[in-house]
Amino acid sequence: MLDKFRGTQLYKSIFRGGGVPKSRRQRMMVVLNSVFLHLHPVRLPKHAVKLKFTWCMGGLSFFIFLILTISGILLMFYYRPTIEYAYNDIIDLAEQVPFGIMREVHRWGAHAMVITVWLHMFRVFMTGSYKPPREFNWAIGVVLLLLTLLLSFTGYLLPWDQLAIWAITVGSNMARATPFLGHEGPGAGLLAIGDINFITMGSDVRFALIGGRFMGEAALLRFYVLHCIGLPFIIMIFMAVHFWRIRKDGGISTPV
Amino acid sequence: MAETISKESATKDPGRRPPAALGKADSSDQITRRSFFSWLSIGWLAFVAATGGFFTMMLRFFFPNVLFEPVQTFRAGYPDDYTVGEVDLRWKNKYGVWIVRNDAGIYVLSTTCTHLGCTPNWLSSEQKFKCPCHGSGFFKTGINFEGPAPRPLERFKIVLADDGQIIVDKTRKFQQEKGQWNDPEAFLKV
Repeated sequence: MLDKFRGTQLYKSIFRGGGVPKSRRQRMMVVLNSVFLHLHPVRLPKHAVKLKFTWCMGGLSFFIFLILTISGILLMFYYRPTIEYAYNDIIDLAEQVPFGIMREVHRWGAHAMVITVWLHMFRVFMTGSYKPPREFNWAIGVVLLLLTLLLSFTGYLLPWDQLAIWAITVGSNMARATPFLGHEGPGAGLLAIGDINFITMGSDVRFALIGGRFMGEAALLRFYVLHCIGLPFIIMIFMAVHFWRIRKDGGISTPV
Repeated sequence: MAETISKESATKDPGRRPPAALGKADSSDQITRRSFFSWLSIGWLAFVAATGGFFTMMLRFFFPNVLFEPVQTFRAGYPDDYTVGEVDLRWKNKYGVWIVRNDAGIYVLSTTCTHLGCTPNWLSSEQKFKCPCHGSGFFKTGINFEGPAPRPLERFKIVLADDGQIIVDKTRKFQQEKGQWNDPEAFLKV
């Protein structure tokens, strides 16, 4: 019965090669021919998957990322990013919506992902896995760390409680001191014609981030869009390259 | 019937046109190597310009022309509305300023803590501004005396309008550590 199904055009059009892979070559082709599996190495050295060596922190980070994506999409069905509704919707999510734990899953998952990403970086550093030929993948990893932290930062504002508002006020105030682009940073005065300064409180990089001079409606909406669409989109591109480069750079590094 | 016509035209057609391979076509409608490259560069330049224009638009898009925020310059009533020796809280939420009157006159303090930008509270019993975030404390003058705040609160421009009302201009700020509090516009003598 199953063999008959394997012979149909439907099956063969989806799974190239056909049939149960028997030889080593056929097993390899299964991985190479799948858009999802091909990011992953075809073969792993036995000692490279030792938990003692890898800590599995990279894999865990990705797993948590998937959990965050799914729980985040679920939260979007109830959460409205406006000053009027944001806080109440969070309370509603926790107290009225079935499985109110979803919001906690997202929140604690976010904390966990930051931790696992840091530990992954620590492991990669301590095992020397950043060395050639993996130096480019290390650089991509640093970008991924930054994106993880930015996702965490933008998500922090969304509950719109006192903690969130003041934490983001403090955090975004640091952007004032950005060289050249922040209105209180070094070199901000260079971009001026006579008395007219182009980098002001109403036109610097902090303004672009929070959409106003003060924390308000615009900041909430901008952070929401960045958190749900902008940053996840960018991080997924970098993650794809990151995983693919592991394979291209010779697989997971092995213990010396 | 239709079949015979199509057969006829199929046999006649190749005879009418000269074969292209012989190179006898008019040179004016032929693309030369040189004109190909000039069209190619024009095409690329147009592409780069359009892309650059789009990214400029994208950047400008993030800076709206109208902000739905409180105005930066506002009328704060008459000097007699403010009691000597009191810190006035009526504009704190809307405009983010305290108006303080002492024996000599009136000054406007910013409600933004100079540490990390939170909003301190005025504690009248202790006669000090106390920031809830990290505990910075400021005297009624705005001078910092405790906690992590590195410098005094900022003051804003205060002048009298023709009708005798106070005008506060938040776009102009005065910092004590730069000696700007002595500026005539930083303090309204009453």
